[in-house]
Amino acid sequence: MSALLTVKDLRTEFATRDGILPAVADVSFELNRGEVLGLVGESGSGKSVTGFSIMGLVDAPGKIAGGSIVFDGQELVGADDETLRRLRGRRIAMIFQDPMMTLNPVLTVETQMIETVLAHESLSRAVARERCVEVLGKVGIASPSERLGQYPHQFSGGMRQRVAIAIAMLHKPDLIIADEPTTALDVTVQGQILYEMQQLVSQSGTALIWITHDLAVVAGLADKIAVMYAGRIVEQGPAEDVLNDPTHPYTRGLLDSVPATTTPGQRLRQIPGSTPSIMQLGAGCAFEARCTHITKACAVMPNMVAIGTRTTRCWNPIVQQPSTASTESAA
Amino acid sequence: MSEAITTVVKVQTPFKRLCTQFAESPVAMVGLVMLVVVMFTALFAPWISPQNPYDLASLDLMDARLAPGEKGLNGQTYLLGTDGQGRDMVSAIFYGLRVSLYVGLTSGIIALVIGSVLGVLAAHLGGRFEQVIMRLVDIQLGFPAILVALVLLAVLGKGVDKIIIALVSVQWAYYARTARSAALVERGKEYVEAARSLGLKGSRIVLRHLLPNAMAPLIVVGTVQVAHAIALEATLSFLGLGLPATEPSLGLLISNGYEYLLSGKYWISVYPGIALLLTILAINLVGDQMRDILNPRLSR
Repeated sequence: MSALLTVKDLRTEFATRDGILPAVADVSFELNRGEVLGLVGESGSGKSVTGFSIMGLVDAPGKIAGGSIVFDGQELVGADDETLRRLRGRRIAMIFQDPMMTLNPVLTVETQMIETVLAHESLSRAVARERCVEVLGKVGIASPSERLGQYPHQFSGGMRQRVAIAIAMLHKPDLIIADEPTTALDVTVQGQILYEMQQLVSQSGTALIWITHDLAVVAGLADKIAVMYAGRIVEQGPAEDVLNDPTHPYTRGLLDSVPATTTPGQRLRQIPGSTPSIMQLGAGCAFEARCTHITKACAVMPNMVAIGTRTTRCWNPIVQQPSTASTESAA
Repeated sequence: MSEAITTVVKVQTPFKRLCTQFAESPVAMVGLVMLVVVMFTALFAPWISPQNPYDLASLDLMDARLAPGEKGLNGQTYLLGTDGQGRDMVSAIFYGLRVSLYVGLTSGIIALVIGSVLGVLAAHLGGRFEQVIMRLVDIQLGFPAILVALVLLAVLGKGVDKIIIALVSVQWAYYARTARSAALVERGKEYVEAARSLGLKGSRIVLRHLLPNAMAPLIVVGTVQVAHAIALEATLSFLGLGLPATEPSLGLLISNGYEYLLSGKYWISVYPGIALLLTILAINLVGDQMRDILNPRLSR
């Protein structure tokens, strides 16, 4: 099988004053054309760094310390800057979290879009502009021709994110990495954008990595889910299975923490403790201190083990958990 | 918010907003009016001056050192008097302003271009290039500007081009330092990351994304530096190292009248001095207001 993107044992480190910080370690996954992968995790779990590593945009003091990223048969780890530059924007595009920040405030949308087109293709400006108008229309911007001449501050938050999405779609990339693109938006706008992204991706056959901390977003969108904790993937598999029947205690905890599952009036559930600093991780499982299922084995970092359709990084995976776990955790 | 609403809200353009904010301060407006008058005078000096002070044939030594308001031999009234060569002071000041502003602005703009390009490049490239440039800036700023300019002019000799070289070489460092710090701030912003994620070339990111966003502080430093350059040029000319006597700037005019100052013929030095003072004051007033409205930390 030839997946579009194969990430294997990816390790990205940051050199800090206190030593080497492995922000991402042992991350492996595959993504086929047209597939949507939801990369879920808390802040600092390494999900964004994974995205940046694929783009080749990890800046000093960070660097990719090991593993491989094969995109459409081409190894990206250690590829030279020019090769990566040619891929970026053309075959792999990225959408960022904050649409206020990702557009240059002093340039019109037209300038920014056209320069993206011209960075990879030699076209006349008129043809490039036509393409921009077309793509802007596709992402749901009314009267794209007029709005093209405006500056980012003349757009609302949702519109700006649409522009960012349009810029990412300009070259019909094979892969889009979306780094929490709807987090800064209203729920209604978030819904619209999710819907539009889903349409665009299914029409064009683009693969999508959707980085988020919001399980509700991923539930409706992703084919596959990878849950990250402290720089490692702790569970991955088909979206339905992971969400309906999580095997890793952390995934379970995440799902239980969604307030919608709590009966009104009851205390909201949470995972006890807080995310450990990656610097202070010992040899054991990263989730050990917060886990409800610890055994002696947890003093050693578990490997990914296959359970049915998915893999999980746990010595004591929860198997056949009853779907209503509320009674047990209420105490 | 949604696509249903198609009405485009008329927003003030950034430039218009700047103008409104600028006009809020009456003092700055006075400065701006003064600056416009000074610029106008300098630009149209050949047409509005009563006399061509460079044309030695039109000067009459018999008219030398006339007090303000006195009539010359040819019946002409000299409003601000004449200097030691019988030159009309009004005309001399107009032409002097022209030279002073020309030197100040030209050196300011050249220094701005060189300094900001080096500063932004230093921020963008980092590493050894940044180290070398920024240490050069430190060294440059470690010496008093007047000293560096004096040494350069002593080596290069007199002339408009020479003094511009000297002024550029003492000024570029201010721009480089400002441009670098502004570019460092901008570089950390997400739109630069986004531009990189789109596969834009490094040169394009620097020129189209970093530089325009770093412009605001550079404009502020620019106005202050032009005022400095004019004052510095006047100082150098006063010391006899700047411009040749055939093209008297304000500094040279002040210097010319210096020897008569104690013999009661104050006007030869004092009026060019007032002109210099007003010019620098006008630029500084405008520059101050620019700093206030372009500084996001002071914005209301």
